[in-house]
Amino acid sequence: MASVEIRNAVKKYGEVQVIHGVDIDVGDGEFVVLVGPSGCGKSTLLRMIAGLEEISGGTISIADEVVNDLEPKERNIAMVFQNYALYPHMTVAENMGFSLRLSRVSKDEAKAKVENAADILGLGALLDRYPGQLSGGQRQRVAMGRAIVRDPKVFLFDEPLSNLDAKLRVQMRAEIKALHRRLKTTTVYVTHDQVEAMTMADRIVIMRDGHIQQIGTPLELYDNPQSMFVAGFIGSPSINFIPGTLKDGTFHGIGGLSFASDGPEGDAVAAIRPNKLGLSPGGSEWDVLEVEPTGAETMLMLQAGEVQITISVSDRTTLEPGDKTGLSALPGDVMLFDPKTEKRIL
Amino acid sequence: MSKRNKHIPVTKGQATTVRIIWMIVSGILGILILFPLLWMVSIAFRTSEQTFTSQLIAPDATLANFVHVFTEVPFLLYMWNSFFVSTMVTVIALFFHTMAGYALARLRFPGREFIFLAIFSTFLVSLPVIIVPLFVIVKSMGMLNSYAGLIIPAIFNAFGIFLLRQYYLSIPREIEEAALIDGASYWRIYLSIILPLSKPIMSALAILFFLTNWNSFLWPLTIASDPSLWMVQVGIANFSSQYAASWNYMMAASTVVAIPTLVLFIVFQKQIMDSLKTSGLK
Repeated sequence: MASVEIRNAVKKYGEVQVIHGVDIDVGDGEFVVLVGPSGCGKSTLLRMIAGLEEISGGTISIADEVVNDLEPKERNIAMVFQNYALYPHMTVAENMGFSLRLSRVSKDEAKAKVENAADILGLGALLDRYPGQLSGGQRQRVAMGRAIVRDPKVFLFDEPLSNLDAKLRVQMRAEIKALHRRLKTTTVYVTHDQVEAMTMADRIVIMRDGHIQQIGTPLELYDNPQSMFVAGFIGSPSINFIPGTLKDGTFHGIGGLSFASDGPEGDAVAAIRPNKLGLSPGGSEWDVLEVEPTGAETMLMLQAGEVQITISVSDRTTLEPGDKTGLSALPGDVMLFDPKTEKRIL
Repeated sequence: MSKRNKHIPVTKGQATTVRIIWMIVSGILGILILFPLLWMVSIAFRTSEQTFTSQLIAPDATLANFVHVFTEVPFLLYMWNSFFVSTMVTVIALFFHTMAGYALARLRFPGREFIFLAIFSTFLVSLPVIIVPLFVIVKSMGMLNSYAGLIIPAIFNAFGIFLLRQYYLSIPREIEEAALIDGASYWRIYLSIILPLSKPIMSALAILFFLTNWNSFLWPLTIASDPSLWMVQVGIANFSSQYAASWNYMMAASTVVAIPTLVLFIVFQKQIMDSLKTSGLK
């Protein structure tokens, strides 16, 4: 096990800079998820840690050793790729044992390590099969097995569940988390799926355009986002943004939403989670666009002016598309952001 | 919806008619291709007097032409020369072409694209155009009348390098990156990952290289005046000069030479078709 320290890391392709001085500390045995929209630089950063991309500036250290100039094989890391990257002409056992063969581990020891990893991942019966004879989930397990047998200091995962169907993704999510609990190996995991990040991470790093937006535990980011981007990215369904004005200690928002607030006067954006908004049957400022009952709760899509929001209510509702309603929110459930800087005001 | 997009119903009778027409056209094309070969085999079994008769099956078929080919001229030596040269060219070409294809597809080095374009541009130049300078070069290197002169100039093949490069570009880069992380060097990746993955395309290329060299005529004719180095096609051509109208001997020799080609094609036709489809050429 080892820590990973990233200090002022920069990545440039010619004149184009894609990573802008990133600082991240991944503690020993920690499970850190890099998350962000496509093109935010998260996979590039992971590949820089792996040694598959050169580092244009700054340092990356693994176990207190700067690895900037080390080859991938010298970094003692293992990586699981999005498309599994299994060797198609090798059996499962050969795939998992390839790194051991290269490092001249004795045949008996290699066999024992491969069998041990196969037992952990439930691959014992598949060792003689070829990747083409396996399902997506099984291939994913083999890719993880290949990483495990090397007993690396750091696991790197690059969107490993993206190619799986929704049900298998949930299952593999739990398996990866269980594996981490068992092996306690430092892990850096890249995904664009915020649900994956929320459910798996000890800490989440949210990235955008090569910059870190915020680092924190899943609930810290959910409860206390420091920017509109983080607030909008974390949480499903997404948080609602309602523009308005703060004046005389009261926020006056679109659609008649108002509540007491002691923030600075001027334009502001109220951000409220869908489950923190309540219906106010007496009101008529919001048009009901859609009603989606899911059984346990009902999702309502509402519109006022050009603002569309989603709210979730646990009670059954008689509202139908085309109806009108009002909204209410408790001041404690509302976050306020500056519409220009998109930073948190309150 | 416009009329053009409407589904036009086809009756069963119309479909059968179209199918029959296709079968007839295919049959005619097949006959056009097969007939010269059948005629070659037919002449191979005739006496010299019957060579130009119009009967496909000669009334008194004979093996004398084949006996003549194998006893009166060193045809087995020609076949050995062809086999040796074709095999050597195939093995050496595949060895270098896989490396060149891999380097052009994956390794980053200055001038890579220029080198690829330079190789690719040789597609535009046929052997007759460069045969004189090539002859001069080979002569100045002292390789006239030698196996080296027959083999070395035939090794370079832009088609093979191009085909392999395209194939390597289609292999996911992550597989090589996974091998890098597993501790493999570039050389190990080439040997343990790339070469095994190239088996289908290499077998197709091996057949194409072998057949090309087995049937090559102009270069062996130019470079080897020593009869002990003649290859089969040169040997066959020589029948016409030694025996002015010995078409029966030539056809017998051609039939013998066509057999390995035919066997290779029948056994490996899937790989040959795959390689042609992969390249999108020819």
